[in-house]
Amino acid sequence: MTALTTIPIHYYLVFCSTLFSIGVIGVLIKRNALVILMSIELMINSINLLLAAFSAYTNDPAGQIFVFFIMVVAAAEVAIGLAIVVLIYRTTHSIDINVLNKLKW
Amino acid sequence: MFTHYIFHFLSILALFSAIMMLASKKPIHSVLFLTLTFFAIAGHYVLLNAQFLAVVHVIVYAGAIMVLFLFTVMLLNLNKDERSPKPMWVKIIAFIAGGMLMLTLIGIFRGYDIQSAQDPMTTQIGLVKNLGKILYHDYLIPFELSSVLFLTAMVGAVLLGKKEQI
Repeated sequence: MTALTTIPIHYYLVFCSTLFSIGVIGVLIKRNALVILMSIELMINSINLLLAAFSAYTNDPAGQIFVFFIMVVAAAEVAIGLAIVVLIYRTTHSIDINVLNKLKW
Repeated sequence: MFTHYIFHFLSILALFSAIMMLASKKPIHSVLFLTLTFFAIAGHYVLLNAQFLAVVHVIVYAGAIMVLFLFTVMLLNLNKDERSPKPMWVKIIAFIAGGMLMLTLIGIFRGYDIQSAQDPMTTQIGLVKNLGKILYHDYLIPFELSSVLFLTAMVGAVLLGKKEQI
């Protein structure tokens, strides 16, 4: 395979930045706590893909090990986060984050 | 050239379904579009020859996390439209902020390039054999500690999900 057919690392940088920004916008514009959790997952995934891409381009396996550990932490985070969402729903009968302003001031 | 086409197809698919995740009103549509995004990212891992990561990604994200989200949406009967969406000016400001973040990131990375030591499409480091050796040799203690993390998360989830007061 010649150097011409290789995808430049620049493409991955642009793609992952765009995906990360979409996740940030999702956290900002949504009120549903579930969709906010999903946007956080999207951000984590864009970081993971960028780590894996750099790991493949520099031929260093440590990046892919890191991705594996990030997936472990993300799975634990989602389990706890969804338990908290269920708990919020049980107490307020809504998962609108604007209901949760008791700690605000 | 073939890998370029696959890369562009997967990127457009991932970005499209990520945007549709935000655009759809019902949470269940968001979950399904996010699953599509995750499958596209799994395709990216395959393209980077990171086979272990691709399989783990499909199992963990599409198989476990998204099913967990679907269970939550369906069990709580949350599949309603958002009752009071955020006002328009908040959305516009959020889009401007996110777009500026994206432009900043792209501007930082513009012109960045690394000299690839090996062709990333044929590199062997992403195979299960090589990653397993490194994981169980150099990263053994973090690997074992992650099991403690999972145990803690499990206990926490059960405690939080219990009906009666603790």
